[in-house]
Amino acid sequence: MANGVIAIEEKNFYQQSTNKYSGILSWLLTTDHKRIGLMYLYTISFFFIVGVIIGILMRLELLTPGKTIVDAQTYNTLFTLHGVIMIFLFIIPGLPAIFGNFFLPIQIGARDVAFPRLNLLSYYVYVVGAILVFISLFLPGGPIDTGWTFYIPYSVRSSTNVSMAILAAFILGFSSILTGINFITTVHRLRAPEMTFFKMPLFVWATYATAWIQIIATPVIGITILLVIIERTFGVGIFDPALGGDPILFQHLFWIYSHPAVYIMILPAMGVVSEIIPTFARRTIFGYKAIAMSSLAIAFVGYLVWAHHMFTSGMSDTARWVFSLLTFIVALPSGVKVFNWVATMYKGSIDPQTPFLWVMAFIFLFSIGGLTGLVLGSLATDVHLHDTYFVVAHFHYVMFGGTGTIFFAALHYWFPKMFGRMYFKKVANIAVLLFFIGFNMLYFTKFIMGYMGMPRRYYDYLPQFATLQEISTVGSWILALAIFLMAGNLIYSLRKGPKAGPNPWGGVTLEWHIPSPPPMENFKEIPTITHEPYDFSQLKEMKNES
Amino acid sequence: MGNKKHIIGYNTYILVWLSLLALTAITVSIAGIHLGDYTLLIAMFIAAIKSALVINIFMHIKFDEPIFKVFLALSGFTLLIIFVLTFFDFIYR
Ligand code: HEM
Ligand SMILES: [Cu+2]
Repeated sequence: MANGVIAIEEKNFYQQSTNKYSGILSWLLTTDHKRIGLMYLYTISFFFIVGVIIGILMRLELLTPGKTIVDAQTYNTLFTLHGVIMIFLFIIPGLPAIFGNFFLPIQIGARDVAFPRLNLLSYYVYVVGAILVFISLFLPGGPIDTGWTFYIPYSVRSSTNVSMAILAAFILGFSSILTGINFITTVHRLRAPEMTFFKMPLFVWATYATAWIQIIATPVIGITILLVIIERTFGVGIFDPALGGDPILFQHLFWIYSHPAVYIMILPAMGVVSEIIPTFARRTIFGYKAIAMSSLAIAFVGYLVWAHHMFTSGMSDTARWVFSLLTFIVALPSGVKVFNWVATMYKGSIDPQTPFLWVMAFIFLFSIGGLTGLVLGSLATDVHLHDTYFVVAHFHYVMFGGTGTIFFAALHYWFPKMFGRMYFKKVANIAVLLFFIGFNMLYFTKFIMGYMGMPRRYYDYLPQFATLQEISTVGSWILALAIFLMAGNLIYSLRKGPKAGPNPWGGVTLEWHIPSPPPMENFKEIPTITHEPYDFSQLKEMKNES
Repeated sequence: MGNKKHIIGYNTYILVWLSLLALTAITVSIAGIHLGDYTLLIAMFIAAIKSALVINIFMHIKFDEPIFKVFLALSGFTLLIIFVLTFFDFIYR
C-alpha cells in the first residue's frame, strides 16, 4: 500500500513529546493523537473496571432472595451507577476515543487529527463529566436512583442528586460531539493523496459514520437533560403530568438520542471486525463497498426506530405499529455486514489468533443479541417482555457481547502496535474461553428468567427464580476472572512481553507499515497509496520495507 | 475554502438581530392567543425563519462551500423525519 515509509532508528511517540515539557506534563498537555488515545484508554478502562465491580456486587445481592448484601435503595443506586458508567463513560466513548484517535489518522496516512487541541479538550471535558458523576455520589441527597434512562416523572420527584448526575451526562455529550467533529474533518481534509474514500479501511468508514451520529444525535439528549434540570429546579411543567407536562415526550426525546447511540456503540465495533477478519483470513474483504455503505445506512436508519423502546408507554397505537415495522428494516444493513464477514472467511486460510477468537465470540454473542432484538421489536411479544430480565439479557448481549468483546478484540489486535510488545497468547486465549463460558451463564439465564416474568431493576425475587439466579451469579464470577486474567496479561506484557516488531499479524493497512510503537508524527513522508486497502499481495513487498 | 472573505457590515448583523428579537416577541404573543391546531404550525414556521437567518448570516453558510450546505441539509432532513415520526404518536394519541 505504501512505499518506503519505514524510518530506521527513529524515536517513537513515547520518547518524543509534542510540547516543551517532559514527564507527566508532556502527557497531560499533549496534542499527539496517539497519546490522547492512550490517556483515554487508561481512563476509560478504569471506569470499566468500576462498572464491572458494581455489576459483580449486584449479582452478589441477587445470590439469595431478600436482602443479601445491600438494601433496596442501595440496589437502585447501584444499577443506576452501573448503567451510567457503562453507557456514558465506557461503551459510547470506548472505541472512537481510544482506537479511533490512535488509528484513524494513521490508517488514512495523516500525521494527526484535524484539530489536535480540540482533541485534548474533548479528553478533559470527558474527565470533568466523570468527576461530576463522582461528586454527585457524595452530596447530600445521595446517589441518583432513577436508572440510567432518567425517566420522568420519577426523575423530577426523586430527592437524590439527579440534576448533577445528568449534568454530567450533558457534559460527556460535548466530549462526544468534539470527537465527532474532529474525525469528520480529519477524514475530509487529511487523507493522504490517492487515499480516495473507497480506499479507506473499513474501520475509518465506520468511525466516520459514527461521527455523524455523534454530531447530529447528541444535542438532542443535551437539550432534554437541560429541560429536566429546569423542571427540577424551577418547577416548570415540561414533562411532569402533575404540572401539565407530557411524560411520553421525555421518552421520545430520550430515545431519539439513545437509539442512535446504540449505533455509536456498535458501528465502530463492526469496523474493527472488518479489519480483523481479513487480516486473519489472509483474504481481501468480501463486499468492501457493501460494508462501507451499510455503515452509512445504519447511521441513517438508526434515526427511524427509537420508539420501539416505548411500546408500553401509552403512546398512540399508530405509532406502535409504525415503529415496530421500521425496526425490522434496521436488521437489513446489519445482516449485510454479517454475511460479508462470513463470505470473507469462506475458503480463507484462517489463523485463529487471540483477536480472531474475540471476533468469533462477538459473532456468536452479537447474533443472539440481534435476534432477540427482533423479538423485542415485535409489538406483541414486547408487551410481554418489556421491563423484564429478557431486556437486560438482550442489551448485555449486544452491548457487552457485541461492543465489549470487540473492545477486547481491538485491544489484542492493536496492542503490539500501540506498545511495541506482544502479550502471552495462551493466557489471552484462555481468557477468551473463560469469558465466553461466564458470559453465557451470567446472561443467558436472564433470557429464561425474563421470559418467565422476572422484572428488571429488583433486588429481590420469587423462589422459582432461585436456581437460575444462582447460576447467573456464578457466571459473573467466571466472567470477572476472565476479565482480570486478560487485564493482568496485558498489563504484565506492557513491560515484560516479547518485542513485537512492526507487523506481527501480517496486516496490510497503513498502521502495519510503520514501526511499533509509531514515531511521533506517524510518517516521515506522507505515504503514497498504491493498493486497495485489503490487498494481501503487498505483504511480500512489505517485508522489504523494514 | 474561505479564500473569498465575505465581509458583512455591522448594520446587517444588527438588522438580523433585531428581526430575531421581533420574531421571538411574535412567537410569545401568539402563544397567548387561542388558535387551536394552528398554534404549533405558526410557531414552527417562525422558528424556521429564525434558524434560516442565523444559519445563513451569523454562521456564514450562505457564503461557504457547497459541501457545508449538503451537511446542513442532511441534518435538517434528519430533523424533519424525526418530527414526522413523532407526530405519528402526537396526532393519533
Ligand atoms: C461483569 C460485568 C457485568 C455484570 C455482572 C453486569 C450485571 C448487571 C446487572 C445485575 C444489572 C441489573 C439488572 C436489573 O436488576 O435490572 C445490569 C444492568 C445494566 N447493565 Fe450490566 N453487567 C455487566 C457489564 C455491563 C456492560 C459491559 C455494560 C455496557 C456495555 C452494561 C450495561 C448495563 C446497563 C445499561 C444496565 C441497565 C441499568 C438500568 O437498569 O438503569 N453492563 N448489569
Ligand atoms: Cu433502540
